[in-house]
Amino acid sequence: MADSICRTIRDGALEGEHAPSLTIKDTTASPYGFGVFTHVLSQASTLILAGKSQSRGLVVVAYSRSPSFYLDFLKRSGVDVASSQKWIHILDCYTDPLGWKHQLADSGILPSNSSAGACLFQDVKDINKLQSLILELGSGLVGQGKVRFSVAIDSVTEMLRHVPLSKVAALISDLRSHDIHDVRVTTSLEYLSSMVASVESLNQSSDGLSGDLGNLSLLEQNFRRGKFHVRFKRRNGRVRVMNEQFHMEESGIKFTSVTVEDGLVSQGLVPKVLFNLELSEKEKLERARVVLPFEHQGNGKPIQIYDGRRSLAPESMGEVSADTSQSSTEECSNGGGEIIYFRDSDDERPDSDEDPDDDLDI
Amino acid sequence: MDSRARNLLDEALGLDQLTQLKPPLGGKAVLIEDCVETSGSFVLHQLIKRLLTAVPNSSNVVLFLAFANPFSHYDRILRKLGCNLGAQREKGRFIFVDMLNVECPVGEEGKAGGRSGLFALFANITKVLNALPESNRKCLTIVIDDVSLMEVAAHGSSDHVLDFLHYCHTLTSDYGCSLVTLNHEDIYSSMDGLVFLKQMEYAADVLVKVEPLATGLAADVHGQFDGLQMTVLNRGSLNNRMSNFQFRIKENSVEYFYPGARA
Repeated sequence: MADSICRTIRDGALEGEHAPSLTIKDTTASPYGFGVFTHVLSQASTLILAGKSQSRGLVVVAYSRSPSFYLDFLKRSGVDVASSQKWIHILDCYTDPLGWKHQLADSGILPSNSSAGACLFQDVKDINKLQSLILELGSGLVGQGKVRFSVAIDSVTEMLRHVPLSKVAALISDLRSHDIHDVRVTTSLEYLSSMVASVESLNQSSDGLSGDLGNLSLLEQNFRRGKFHVRFKRRNGRVRVMNEQFHMEESGIKFTSVTVEDGLVSQGLVPKVLFNLELSEKEKLERARVVLPFEHQGNGKPIQIYDGRRSLAPESMGEVSADTSQSSTEECSNGGGEIIYFRDSDDERPDSDEDPDDDLDI
Repeated sequence: MDSRARNLLDEALGLDQLTQLKPPLGGKAVLIEDCVETSGSFVLHQLIKRLLTAVPNSSNVVLFLAFANPFSHYDRILRKLGCNLGAQREKGRFIFVDMLNVECPVGEEGKAGGRSGLFALFANITKVLNALPESNRKCLTIVIDDVSLMEVAAHGSSDHVLDFLHYCHTLTSDYGCSLVTLNHEDIYSSMDGLVFLKQMEYAADVLVKVEPLATGLAADVHGQFDGLQMTVLNRGSLNNRMSNFQFRIKENSVEYFYPGARA
């Protein structure tokens, strides 16, 4: 499914259509959105270099990582960065977003800073300037014709700290954090995207550190894994939803399909404890044979339990008395002893309308 | 118990291999979250002690931004732990910046030349950094106690605090130095406060939570420590490591143990 995303980005858009856009959202419980972002980034870079993508260039707007990080990452992923100036530009909004270091350099406190292999941007509050710079850098890669280029932004969350949503919504959003923003923000960005990818935790806890000591090993194991949920909006308006699982490794993020066995195993999981919580077949049969008290005994007919009162209906009273006498007879014949008890209130009907205080002469 | 206890906290913070050549925290950003019931300041004290005294003649330098307590408070506590902060300060290995009565108002950023108090603080940090030999700059650890009081000093402007912290983060990638911040998890009730907290959590490489026991107060167990080392593709390698243990704070030390393992 992650490959489907990369194929969609590779295929690009038809003439007159909007380019495909991907939004990745995650939470603190499963903060691997950046892993997905870098995975898609390396795949897109490989396709661009191989000439298989509609895009001929890539502009990375870096808010949360330094440009050197991306160059090192692409190099480790096997992408040729020696010729990077021909197909990729990194717009550095990380090193000095507000111009503080520039001011310190003017004062002589800091050496003048330069962003190696990147274009330094020092005014992140000016979204118009940012947008024009992105277009300028992209045009510098692909020329002024109709050739397209891709834009990758990390992260929209950082961008929203400096610029209001209405202005950010004008740009294509690639990466965001889901539990920081309210519904209005996330929904607005989802509307702009033709693909929305959600990174979710396997654990249902809302916090990455649930503090549940008993399940620490399970928590640690599942923290490197999660669910990857993607919603595609097709050209004809249909929405296609796909699910995968992912796990984080040293080399990066790996995606696997969700198999039926995984579903069955997850349903049949029992807590790993030292004692046996399941029943064997023999135990199940014996449990089925256990006769529960006061239920379907004897001939299968329900037993009327004598509760110390005579019932309202005379027929039933007779039956009750007959039953009790019968049961007492059975007890005599079986146990050899019996208890005979006469209630004082046996002569009184229950729920009588007579007021017991009527005979008082006050 | 002491050597084993040192391993538990050091493992959680990534301090289990302190050498003269390697930066103490590996250039990471550590966020410690505590609450009213259980203070996380002991983590800062233990960290300072380990950085300054674990390796003799090391190049480790601690730059301490104190918003919560004066120098005498930390000096008294660290003396009991076996670390003389006064002597370390004289050697230039412990730099104490007293921010108790300093206000950091938001400057007129929109106008030319406008600067905020936090900008001036960042300028001081860069001065300290540049004063160190180039090879020792990665051994600097910036410690902030605590971020909520920094917000107060900035007159409630959490955006400026986040900008300041972002610039401190850039120092970790530019120079390889480390950043340790303490914040209180339970003082943020509104949505804006929670957003601020989440922003800090997302930016951290190591997230530590100090909480009371779920079962309540206990005389011999003062709380539990949850740590998550999450350098996801940050430094070129993945190191997801979760830590969970309990602790008991004594007069001159802190005891760490796994649940149920306390002798």
